[in-house]
Amino acid sequence: MPIEVNGKTLETDEEGYLVNLDDWEPAVAEAMAKEDDLELTDEHWEIINFLREYYEEYQIAPAVRVLTKAVGKRLGKEKGNSKYLYGLFPYGPGKQACRYAGLPKPTGCV
Amino acid sequence: MSDKKQFMFLNRRAPYGTIYAWESLEVVLIAAAFEQAVSLAFIDDGVYQLVTGQDTTGIGMKNFSPTYKTLGDYEVRHMYVDKESLEARGLTADDLVVVPWEDWETEETVDNIVEVVDSDQLAELIEQSDVVFSF
Repeated sequence: MPIEVNGKTLETDEEGYLVNLDDWEPAVAEAMAKEDDLELTDEHWEIINFLREYYEEYQIAPAVRVLTKAVGKRLGKEKGNSKYLYGLFPYGPGKQACRYAGLPKPTGCV
Repeated sequence: MSDKKQFMFLNRRAPYGTIYAWESLEVVLIAAAFEQAVSLAFIDDGVYQLVTGQDTTGIGMKNFSPTYKTLGDYEVRHMYVDKESLEARGLTADDLVVVPWEDWETEETVDNIVEVVDSDQLAELIEQSDVVFSF
């Protein structure tokens, strides 16, 4: 299913992840969230931006466990738990937030 | 914890040219995500996997060497490098990636889990493992 963003048609795989990582821009996350009936807040963006930085540095999308710990360390302990992250991304912080961030699905994620 | 097994991943091939190095890394990430005790060893041309400053633009493959730096976050505790293999290729520990490890609850830290060992030590470590994967 391709996704329409700012008049451009971007290719995605069968699960909705961007095929070409370089296609990403913030409007991609907004468009994907809209399809899920989700309004992106600053708290969502904090996680999305964190994921993009992590990918830039290590070239992979982190496993949920790694994401949870890293968020706790960088953004504060009250955010480094699955309750907080699932509250923001009900379809799973690994899957949903990585998709919005334009990253591939995390390795080992089923 | 009796259900936690000692996994050892042997990496013996150069990072590119075959898919082995990348496949090994993916299995390591999966095994670690399932909270197993994971160690890696780099032998023969496998030592090239950890060399810093890799540039893959000429071969059109993704440079996955930065991924090794996050293995400490995946609770990998040991990355052993065979001393003889390193020396035979004119390399030293200074040519290799640094991988920090930190226990985020106790704040115990290890600056670098990459460790150069000789073949006797390596044989011992393999002997002690419950499961050995060779790539």
